[in-house]
Amino acid sequence: MRNVAIIVRRELAGYFRTPSGYLIAAATLLVQGLMFNTRALGGGQKLSAQVLQDFLRDSSGTTTVAAVLLAMRLFAEERQAGTIVLLYTSPVREAQIVIGKFLSAFAVLAIITLLSLYLPALIFVHGKVSIGHIAGGYAGLLCVGAATLSLGVLGSALARTQLVAGVIAAVLIFVLFLTWQLSRVVEPPLGTVLSHLSLYEKHFFPFMRGLIQLSDLVYYAAVVYLALLAATRVVQHQRWQ
Amino acid sequence: MIVVDQVSKYYGAHRAVTDLSFEIAAGECVGFLGLNGAGKSTTLRLLACLSLPTSGTIRVRGLDVVENPHEIRKLIGYLPDTPPLYGEMTVDEFLAHAGALRGLSGADLGKRKQRVIEQCNLRDVAGTTISTLSHGYRQRVGIAQAIIHGPALVILDEPIQGLDPVQIVEMRKLIGELRGEHTILLSTHILTEIERTCDRILMMHRGRIAAVGTEQELEARLRASEKLELSVRGDASALQAALAGVAGASELTIQAPQADNAEGVVRATLRVDSADIAEAVSRAVVAANLGLLALHPVRSGLENVFLELSGAAGTSLAPPPSAQG
Repeated sequence: MRNVAIIVRRELAGYFRTPSGYLIAAATLLVQGLMFNTRALGGGQKLSAQVLQDFLRDSSGTTTVAAVLLAMRLFAEERQAGTIVLLYTSPVREAQIVIGKFLSAFAVLAIITLLSLYLPALIFVHGKVSIGHIAGGYAGLLCVGAATLSLGVLGSALARTQLVAGVIAAVLIFVLFLTWQLSRVVEPPLGTVLSHLSLYEKHFFPFMRGLIQLSDLVYYAAVVYLALLAATRVVQHQRWQ
Repeated sequence: MIVVDQVSKYYGAHRAVTDLSFEIAAGECVGFLGLNGAGKSTTLRLLACLSLPTSGTIRVRGLDVVENPHEIRKLIGYLPDTPPLYGEMTVDEFLAHAGALRGLSGADLGKRKQRVIEQCNLRDVAGTTISTLSHGYRQRVGIAQAIIHGPALVILDEPIQGLDPVQIVEMRKLIGELRGEHTILLSTHILTEIERTCDRILMMHRGRIAAVGTEQELEARLRASEKLELSVRGDASALQAALAGVAGASELTIQAPQADNAEGVVRATLRVDSADIAEAVSRAVVAANLGLLALHPVRSGLENVFLELSGAAGTSLAPPPSAQG
């Protein structure tokens, strides 16, 4: 645990001592604000709950993009700069390296996500939504963020450059996004299995309605676990290259 | 301290090092000398648990690097050819991070950090952001991170690469101060540097050990490969006869006459124990009534030395070959 904390501290410094963390935060919040005003609030009269749902749906997209941007540097940048040698020659387990990097990026992502809370709060000016709905929606955003971030960590562990890391993460996320569409055209039981793999429609949409379901939490936890496990295996292999 | 036994490393079909076998005692400072691509960095990476040997075994303090890498990493400080530094951190912060990664904490970390800052002469830049440091200082910070946890074994890959003459002198002094406190392995392709810094030199060529020995032993070996180049007007067989009686001259190689050589000039290379016998050679040539046009020593460049020694791969140094008449 101590080694994880050391890596988290160092990675947080990496985000906040360079422009990268601020740029990603600013861009995400800017796009979220624009989408809230143009998409969630636009399109005629709506129920406040519908405005919040539309905002959460759009925010799942911006959170995903922010997660990929935050994650793609984690290993690829260190590999390019040669600093990965410091970690690889230290008595630190591969899992500790992966978890430390994931947690640092997740902390930044959580800060960015929570900074957008002023947007749903604006709904209270002319409407009314329950705090529980907002809390449920934000729990969903954090779950989507954690899952996509873990896929980003895997992409970064696999790639030599940040660009390739981003592409790998985007492809993995897109595949999990498309499983819902695939499940519509594939006969059960395969269709059912595919629908349960859906990153957004199946597991995030309940959060959008303010519902926190154990099955959805388990799904996101499983994605995070499997992606980080795969990243750990990749790092184990690369450490000896 | 280190026992390397029949180690080979392949990258795909490319053979990086072959059949390496050597031992290094605790407290020794051993220099790995070789041209670029000789296998020095690969060998050091194998010892630093950064690369798996394809075959053979490496033991550090009796621990196998493949079976106990985690334990061995605690014993090792490693500086790769590019120092692994986070540019946005200050020197002080970076060393604290490196020390924490190596298991130091609290007052112990503070003490060790101060110690390496003093040892590596980093006090003036301790609060400076690493990205603004000169190459020489970055190299020092690289060494500081390698020794912050007081490792038994310090591995320095090309520590003087890219340094200016003043920085080289400082680095030499720093490495000298580390001797005795740690077992040190360092690599370089600069012969003079390794002579001044190391107890023992391990010469590598094309992935093999070409020679191992102390500075004196290798010097004797180098002397054995010194040559004189001659241009003589006269007959090649007369030259051969004239030089047969010169003590310290061993092997005469007559170069093929050039097509436009109508002047009877013989060009030859003479292997000698020492270039100091040039006077005796010139006397012998003149006494044989041959016209001595030119006589100059051919200093063995590093590459020639390696090429010379590569034929003796894996053997310990033998005494220099005796002079032949």
